[in-house]
Amino acid sequence: MRIIVPIKQVPETNAVRMDEATGTMIRDGVEAIVNPLDLYAIELAIQLRDQHGGEIIAVSMGPPKAAAALREAISMGVDSGVLVSDKAFAGSDTWATSYVLAAAVRKIGAFDLVICGERATDGDTGQVGPGIAAFLDLPVISYVSKFDSLVQGACRVHRLVENGYELLEMALPGVLTVVKEVAAPRLPTLRGKQKARKAEIPSWGAKDLDVHADKLGLAGSPTRVVKIFRPSVARKCVKHVPTDERTLNEAVDGLVGFLRGKQLI
Amino acid sequence: MQHEGVWILAEQSHGRVQRISHELLTRGIELASKRGTTLTALILGNNVNQDDLQGLIDRGADRVVAVEAPQLESFLPQPYMRCMLKVIEDYRPEIIIAGATSTGRTLMPLVAIKANAGLTADCTVLDIEEGSGNLLQTRPAIGGNIMATIKTPNNRPQMATVRPHSTRPAEPASGREGQIVRLKAPQELLASDVKHVGFSPNVEEQALSDAQRVVVVGRGIKKGENVELARRLADKLDAAVGATRDVVDRGWLSYPHQIGLSGKTITPQLYVGLGASGSIQHLAGMQTSEVIVAVNTDPEAQIFKVADFGIVASLFDVVPVLLEKLPGK
Repeated sequence: MRIIVPIKQVPETNAVRMDEATGTMIRDGVEAIVNPLDLYAIELAIQLRDQHGGEIIAVSMGPPKAAAALREAISMGVDSGVLVSDKAFAGSDTWATSYVLAAAVRKIGAFDLVICGERATDGDTGQVGPGIAAFLDLPVISYVSKFDSLVQGACRVHRLVENGYELLEMALPGVLTVVKEVAAPRLPTLRGKQKARKAEIPSWGAKDLDVHADKLGLAGSPTRVVKIFRPSVARKCVKHVPTDERTLNEAVDGLVGFLRGKQLI
Repeated sequence: MQHEGVWILAEQSHGRVQRISHELLTRGIELASKRGTTLTALILGNNVNQDDLQGLIDRGADRVVAVEAPQLESFLPQPYMRCMLKVIEDYRPEIIIAGATSTGRTLMPLVAIKANAGLTADCTVLDIEEGSGNLLQTRPAIGGNIMATIKTPNNRPQMATVRPHSTRPAEPASGREGQIVRLKAPQELLASDVKHVGFSPNVEEQALSDAQRVVVVGRGIKKGENVELARRLADKLDAAVGATRDVVDRGWLSYPHQIGLSGKTITPQLYVGLGASGSIQHLAGMQTSEVIVAVNTDPEAQIFKVADFGIVASLFDVVPVLLEKLPGK
């Protein structure tokens, strides 16, 4: 099997703090990591390759430092990585990102599966996986929670939906986006890390891909961010700070009274 | 021809219109009125219940367009995408709003790419810009740390998804009139490389999304076996059990229980957080709850900023006392 895994380097959002005065993000010292949800895609790809043979190519669009994300993927067991990087890609929304990643996938050549994480933890749209499928004119199954089997040029997977799990069959080649349940990501191995350090990561720019200049970056993006602001959280919290059994009882009595007042009990 | 009209993507299951459709009508009514245009509900399916289609009219749609074929009975990406593109081509809507459901989140990006349209996911606020008439789409960004307002200045249609349960469903009004258009989907649009083989329901999960009361377990629960304590409280409150990402990552509860940006959004009447600190990614999935109660040992925990009632103490001290004092079972 030849599997392509698009991954994204994201800021460790749990570590992001807000500057109270300016309402902007303090990015200093915030680590860049592989999008945690991409690790599940990488793990599934590794399991499929180990079972059926073949190779896995990770591809990432981003600034030059995103090569670190590809090295991490290689240290987990991915065979090789391709960086897709160009100033012309800056400011891409999900439409323009899907466009470039689809072009990169096409350049990598024949494959059986593209496996994506459900979404990136920074942008949180979940649109790029289906977007790549749309540009490649390939079938897509989103929210894959379990890979069941490969059967005669098709794969059988479970898809997590609101009220249960669909069992679906998709003719290959195709695109999957996976949720956490699909696999438990492994940690990088020492040997993997050595391999990753030595790996050559080619960097493809706009001129290396079959893309139109007017569909790239901000200019190629249908959407525009027009305003950024801090969410306002305005609730007055009645807060009890019990210090002993008596005050604990008072606090719980207060809560029961509060719930009764709201007619919740 | 100009693009005109606000459309919502209604959803059906086994021919019955789903609640998300009525929530979308609430959004659509407001947008159509601000834009001074009509509201249309699009639905893809097979033999969709006529009363349910009339129900969309009763709840505020001026028109319903139902595209039907046996192959459209349940969601399949390719035929749904082609049929929706055909409708866009024929009717040229200016705005299309869908639910951020497993269907909406998959179908909308496919269609947006093919239609050269702008698409914004998980909007919490939708508005019309004065003057330009552009759709203003506001959503949490960068893990919910900030809100971003996004517009699509040139491309049409303007497309957006909104989270289920982020608005109340529109109420029906009797005597409303509107047009119901049933279209037979053209055969050539219906081929699919994906086919349905089976389905296994998960009742517990559905219960969480629809629950009016939710008890949420955070990392303060310390161990998987302690989740039982939260379950007992949930039983007493007639509530469903949810979890933060930390708890799911540790395997103490399964992913379908996860509430937050990378899980479910809930809008229950009552949210009770036990040892949930209120990370921004969790808040994004629950802060529209009507009443929020928080129990946490850290007085600085973010959860207290969105809570109505808080107790700064260990949940292991509070919950047993609370179980004793609550009336009922």
